[in-house]
Amino acid sequence: MSNWKTFTKGLIKENPILVLLLGCCPTLATTTSAINGMSMGLATTFVLIMSNLVISLLKNFIPDKVRIPCFIVVIASFVTMVQLVMQAYVPDIYETLGLFIPLIVVNCIVLGRAEAFASKNPVWPSILDGAGMGLGFTFALTVLGSIREILGSGSIFNCRFLPEDAQTILVFVLAPGAFIALGYLIALVNRLKKTK
Amino acid sequence: MAKKESTLKNMLIALMVITMVSGGVLGYIYGLTKPTIDEVNAQKNVKAINEVLKTDKAIASTETVVIDELTYNLAYDADNQFIGAAIKSVSGEGFGGNVELMVGILADGVINKVSVLSQTETPGLGANMVQPKFKDQFDGKNPADFKLKVKKDGGDVDAITAATISSRAFTQAVDKAVNGFNANKDQFMKGGDNE
Repeated sequence: MSNWKTFTKGLIKENPILVLLLGCCPTLATTTSAINGMSMGLATTFVLIMSNLVISLLKNFIPDKVRIPCFIVVIASFVTMVQLVMQAYVPDIYETLGLFIPLIVVNCIVLGRAEAFASKNPVWPSILDGAGMGLGFTFALTVLGSIREILGSGSIFNCRFLPEDAQTILVFVLAPGAFIALGYLIALVNRLKKTK
Repeated sequence: MAKKESTLKNMLIALMVITMVSGGVLGYIYGLTKPTIDEVNAQKNVKAINEVLKTDKAIASTETVVIDELTYNLAYDADNQFIGAAIKSVSGEGFGGNVELMVGILADGVINKVSVLSQTETPGLGANMVQPKFKDQFDGKNPADFKLKVKKDGGDVDAITAATISSRAFTQAVDKAVNGFNANKDQFMKGGDNE
């Protein structure tokens, strides 16, 4: 597979959320607004790229039987780094994402890519794979966040386009709205993929 | 380099090296970001204190005391007269976690202003507690004739639409601060005179 394909497959064809349906827990929970979805996506992207890079470098050093604990330690370290840096430099976003930053550790995408790709491939493709998957994840989260924010709060990226007291479809910022929006989004993507 | 066999020795070495390196790197990053994190938190605190105790009297000095889990930031003017207290109060009754407020109460017991330090309520619903529409209803209210309960519970507080639980938590935190203030206010005023 060419490097370019390795990178782009995560964006649409094997999009972690819309096609593989991996890592849905943070997706449903953090996409209450576009900016939250995007920050969560970018944080995960960073962790994906770095953990793929390190695991690909270490793949021959790690014996098979202890590979999962090793991967988790590497991933957890990067997540903690992201957490500390976000807490220091973007405290507002850190506060809204709260618990979901540490939970990137157990995000299936990160471990999934480490296991399925980085532990079997050279460094450069692993980085591209991480970047592609991460950006695909970010893309899906931002779209989902935008839909929920527009319908549920009447704003986009915190800019209101409806008057303060206008009625919005509140259910979309609540948990059920996340499932509804994600369901329709996946249906749409499947439809588009079929017609292609 | 060939793949390492899964012998006990190799497994031990691999795990040990990885955890040690990770621990070291994390320690380093922690040390690097700690000052900034502390500064951000301290700034937020100072900003909130100044915001909730904003009156026409300038704050000349502040003093922090902790009584019964509440943190009181006492403010005195240039003549050492007690202006009021910015009280950090937390309610664990929120919909999505703790609601942490800074409540400014003036010497006469009137609530000056309330500021939200941290909350994890639902965006678009409970998170609207940071909006002036909700939190400004406490401004200038004297708890003696303003019942600190949401209207549903027989009080005077207008709850946020569809977020009664969050409104309750907010109100509860304010109430805690007011009660703490009333219980200790004699001590605060004396504290100013002694200085």
